[in-house]
Order: sequence, then structure tokens, then C-alpha cells
Amino acid sequence: MTESPGAASHSAPSPDAPSAAPSPPARSPRALLGSLEIDTRLLGMIGALVVIWVVFHIWSNGNFITPRNLWNLSVQSASIAIMATGMVLVIVSRNIDLSVGSMLGLLGYVMAMAQAVWIPTTLGLGFDQPYTWIITLGIGVGLGLLLGGLQGFLVAYGGVPSFIVTLGGLLIWRGLIFRFQQGQTIAPLDEIFRLLGGGPQGSLGDIGSWILGILICVGIIYTLVSNRRKRRRYEFPVRPMWAEILVGAIGCLVVLGAVWTANAYLWPEALAQQAGFDTPPATGIAYPVLIMLGVALFMTYMATRRRFGRYVYAIGGNPEAAELGGINVRRTIMGTFALMGVLVAISAAIQTARLNAAVTNLGVTNELDVISAAVIGGTSFAGGIGTIPGAILGAVVMQSLRSGMLLLNVDSPTQDVVVGVVLVAAVGFDSWLRRRHT
Amino acid sequence: MSEQATMTTQPAPAPSPSGPPLVEMRDIKVAFGGVHAVDGVTIDLRAGEVVGLVGGNGAGKSTLMKALSGAHPADSGEILIEGKPVSIGNPRDAKHLGIETIYQTLALADNVDAAANVFLGRELRTRLGSLDDAAMESATRKVMARLNPRFKNFKTPVMSLSGGQRQSVAIARAIEFNARILIMDEPTAALGPAETAQVRDLVAQLKTEGLGIFLISHDIHDVFDLADRITVMLQGKLVGTVDKGSVTKDDILGMIIMGKQPGEASEKELAHLHD
Repeated sequence: MTESPGAASHSAPSPDAPSAAPSPPARSPRALLGSLEIDTRLLGMIGALVVIWVVFHIWSNGNFITPRNLWNLSVQSASIAIMATGMVLVIVSRNIDLSVGSMLGLLGYVMAMAQAVWIPTTLGLGFDQPYTWIITLGIGVGLGLLLGGLQGFLVAYGGVPSFIVTLGGLLIWRGLIFRFQQGQTIAPLDEIFRLLGGGPQGSLGDIGSWILGILICVGIIYTLVSNRRKRRRYEFPVRPMWAEILVGAIGCLVVLGAVWTANAYLWPEALAQQAGFDTPPATGIAYPVLIMLGVALFMTYMATRRRFGRYVYAIGGNPEAAELGGINVRRTIMGTFALMGVLVAISAAIQTARLNAAVTNLGVTNELDVISAAVIGGTSFAGGIGTIPGAILGAVVMQSLRSGMLLLNVDSPTQDVVVGVVLVAAVGFDSWLRRRHT
Repeated sequence: MSEQATMTTQPAPAPSPSGPPLVEMRDIKVAFGGVHAVDGVTIDLRAGEVVGLVGGNGAGKSTLMKALSGAHPADSGEILIEGKPVSIGNPRDAKHLGIETIYQTLALADNVDAAANVFLGRELRTRLGSLDDAAMESATRKVMARLNPRFKNFKTPVMSLSGGQRQSVAIARAIEFNARILIMDEPTAALGPAETAQVRDLVAQLKTEGLGIFLISHDIHDVFDLADRITVMLQGKLVGTVDKGSVTKDDILGMIIMGKQPGEASEKELAHLHD
């Protein structure tokens, strides 16, 4: 390649080298925040969550920020949060999935039937086999992939708007449940499968939770160090050392604080005695939360580090440009729906396991909670904007509101009113902020 | 089918006149409903050559090029790359053949940064298959240092960039992957004088590197400065392809507006053009 006239011959000029490096570090709060390079939107959401928690805590005379309540909150948020991570990608690519609640009900029913009827009785293999739970889960995930993929196929290759396809799905999957289940409750479920729903037995316990917490801390530090090394190698600007340390320290403190809180919640006395413990053991991180963390990690990786995610965002930003850029838009769209189906299956497993049964109205209005969580978490219906951590925080915010109002004995219709107002207000505030910034 | 389709008789000024041309598009037809946007056009391009494609609005220039870039495949006709017939059904096919396009709309994904746009659809990946953003940013910084040394906003979504910067990103995307054939659709329409000069330098430079370039432009001065040959279209049909050296700007104007061959238009008609 020849040098074009006027082109600088030195490689990779660092963008803000003259302003950042030699001058004394800026002291305004905004500049300090800037050097932390943390998503301010996410920071704002965490702030809002803290405010919600503190207000409920005061209002409920100190009953909200307790190990017991926070532990319950984490378990209740998990299944919505898992689906919200998939909904982010669906909405980012300018689509919608209204069928998740009904699909969850159908997958829950199929998985309940698989472990309560088909495997033990129809196949004659008997109850509580060690492999039952994994086969059941495999059936659920496989069917979720298939149903999600089918909806995605109709949207991407059939040219039917996703709103219509998944509205049809909402009716069809729920109709099938009523058709087959005939109002019955399918129970009881497999012993191992039930652990997926959490509860004291379905939790890591104190040692396991500490190990998990330490592993996450190691992961945080490793990520920070390797990112810094990589940027150094390419001579890109890096954030100041104090900022790196602060980010790492805060991250680890939050993780270890969460572990400590989960461990501070002890098994209920009766259950502990029944299980033969002298003193109630620590509960620790519940399995649904563990699954949610795994899903969050995987989905963040898919969204930010894989081509699939890059394409989803590019399609949301400008579908025509994505096509002209050589992206296989249809395959990518179908992929988002298939992935959504898998996540619905995981949430269905958690919810049925938690109930220890499949009921006909399992997952009803879940689609609204999931979409709300994604949208409160900063996902834009205009497409192209939304993050996985945001959606998870959105799910926690939603669940915090519900759980807090429950604690204050607010009736269910009023809860709906409040959640509805918060949803509209959050999105309105968000778009107002966006307009101001651009 | 127009009888002027083969009127290029003078030897082309391209460096390699022997052998098959880099691109040949034969008898290309594209219709939208009943409208023949491109109606039996034949055109060719040699390595190291710039062919200017001119014509009024709705002449079919962009549609013809979309058949080559895969954005809108032709209904009928043949496309040959270095003498071999190829089929171009989508933009991916075109890119595999080394055909890059800078669209008039730029076709950028507004919500991702410059590097993500430059490598869109062709991301660099690590051994584990994840995106190698650092390598992509590094390569983007290099290509930008060459195209637009003042470009600094590597981390911001391209929607917040100026028109010229966005244009640089679109150009970087086209030249980063060693294209053999470059289609530029109104590359200077949105640019100021300094940036226009930069694009002109770039075209001249890419030409010496042996690329074949189709240049679509409204600006007849641009085309006269940059092109070796000029192809004129009118209402979906080919008026003719001429050597730049053998015609005047008035000849080209006559072709664009009246569909007349050089010399065919009368003095009176030509004078009329300047009213």
C-alpha cells in the first residue's frame, strides 16, 4: 500500500493523549466518572435500585433489606431475568416475542409430563432415577429451541411480522396446554429436578457460595488485567490505575457482599430439624440464581464478543446496511428467536421445579414482565440499543417493586398500577435523556 | 437492445488492454413492476481503470450497479469477472468476488463504532472464535490514518460522527479488504471541498494500485477529472460509452439530456443546454 498524500505516517495516534496524560487528573465528579469508563446508564439504574430498596426498607420498618427478603428476591427475579436476556436481543433486532409466557407454560407442562408420567410410567423406568432430570431438561430445551426456531423462521423467512407470529404463539401454546392438560396439575416432580427451583436444598450452602464468590472475583480481576494488557499491546489509551483498582474492588465487594447476605439467610428451623441438622445451616446462593448468573455470562458473551451479537446490534441499528454489509440477516433473526426459546425452557424448568408442579396458568403474563424488564433495563424499541446486564437489573427492579409492595400489603391491582406507571415513566425518562444527549 | 452498446471503438487507456476485462456486464435487465429501470445495458471495466457512470435522475445508474454489488440482483443478463461468468445473488456473493461498494447512503450501522462498521460481516476473530475487537480497532486506526488522519472517534457510535467522518468509515470498509472492483455511488455528494479533494486523491491512488472503479456521479466535472471512460445512461438504456479524451463536456451533456451521440447534437441544441 502506498502512502496517500497528506496521510500521517505514524501508526495509531492515540486519541486523547495530549489532553489526558500530562495534565493533572481532572477533579470534577463527571471527569472522575468518565475515567472509570462505566456505563452511566447502568450506574443510574443501580442508583434507582438502591433508592427503591432503601425506601421500602424504611417504609416497611426495616423488613426489606434483610437476608431473607433479598434471598427471596434473588430467586423470584431469576426466571424473569433469564428470559429478559434473550428478549433484549429480540427487541434490539427490532422484533418482539409475545409468546414467552405461553411457551413457558407449554414447556413446563411437557417437562412435568416427561418426569412424572412419560419416563417413569410410559417407558416403565420408574420414579426418581438419577438421569430423569437431565433427560427432562434436554426435552424442554430441545422443544424450546424448536418452537422458538419455528417462530423465528416464520418471522425471518416467512416475512410475517414478529408481533403477529408471536401473538399467534401466545394463543396457540396456551391453547395447547388447555387442550392436553385438561385443567390437571401435573405433580409431584423428580427429586433432583426440584433442586432447580431453589429452596434451602436447592442452594449452594455457605462453602459453595464462598467458592463461587471468590471465583467470580478472580474472574473480574482477570478480565480487568487482560483487557488492560490487550489495550497496552495495541497502544490504545487505558484508564488510570486507580480507576482499574477501584472498579475491581467495588465489583469484588458487591459480589462478596451478596454471598455474605445469602449465607446470612439460614434454613428454616423446622426444615433443618427434619433434615437432621442441630443448628440451621446457611442457605447460600440458590441454584436458580446460579443458573441466571451462568445465562447472564453466556448471553453477555454472545451479545458482545461473538459475531452473532454484533450482527444483532448492527441489524437493529440499520437493517438495510446490515444486509448490504454482507450479514445474513434472516439467519441472525431466526437465531434470536431460537435462543429465546432455549431461555424460556430454562425458566420453565425453574418455575415448575419451584412449584413442584405444572399448572395450566403457568407463565401467564410473563411475557409482559420479561418485556418490561428489558425495557426498564434500557432496551430501545427503536432497535440497536440494549444490554444484558441492564435487562437483569430491570428484572430485579420490577421484582423489587412487586416484593416491596407485597411486604407493605399493597393489593394486587394497585401493584399493577404502580408497575405500569413505573414502566412508562422509566422509558419516558430514558428517551428524554437520550434526546438531551444527542 | 440499443445499437450503440458496442460503440467504444478507440482502444481503452487501461494498462492491460489484452485479455478479458475485469468486469463485463452483458445485456443486464432490471424491472420494478412494469418499469424497466435497467433495460439491456452492456458495460465493461478494466483493471486500473475508472469508468464514470452518468445520467439524470432515474437513468438507472444506481440500479445497474446494484446488480453488480448484489444489493438488487439483475432479472436477466450476464456478469463476467475476468471472463468467467458469475452469479451474484446477494451482497455476500459480490464481496467474495472482490466487489466492494460505497453506497450513496453509506449503509453504516449507526449504533456501533467505526471498527465494527469497517469489519461488518467480516469480523476478525480470535482462535476461540470470539471477536478480536482490539485487532479490528488497530487495523481501523491504520486505515484511517491513511484516509483521514484527523479521525479520532474510534469508540463512539458512527451516528455521532460528521458527514465526512462517516464517509471515511464507509470508504475504509470498502478498501480494507483488498477489493479488486470498487463501486462508488456519489462518493462526494455529502462532502466539503477539502474532503472531496481527499476522495479524488484516493481514487487516483487506488487506480494506480490496479483496482477497477465504477464511479457514479451527478457531477460531470468530477467524472471528467477522474474517469478514463464515461458511460451515459438515459431512462434505463445505454446511450453510449466514450473515451474521455475524445469528447467534450458538452458532448456528454448532450448524451445525458438528449440521448444523442457526440457530434450528433446541433450547435443550437448544445447552446440550449447552457440556458
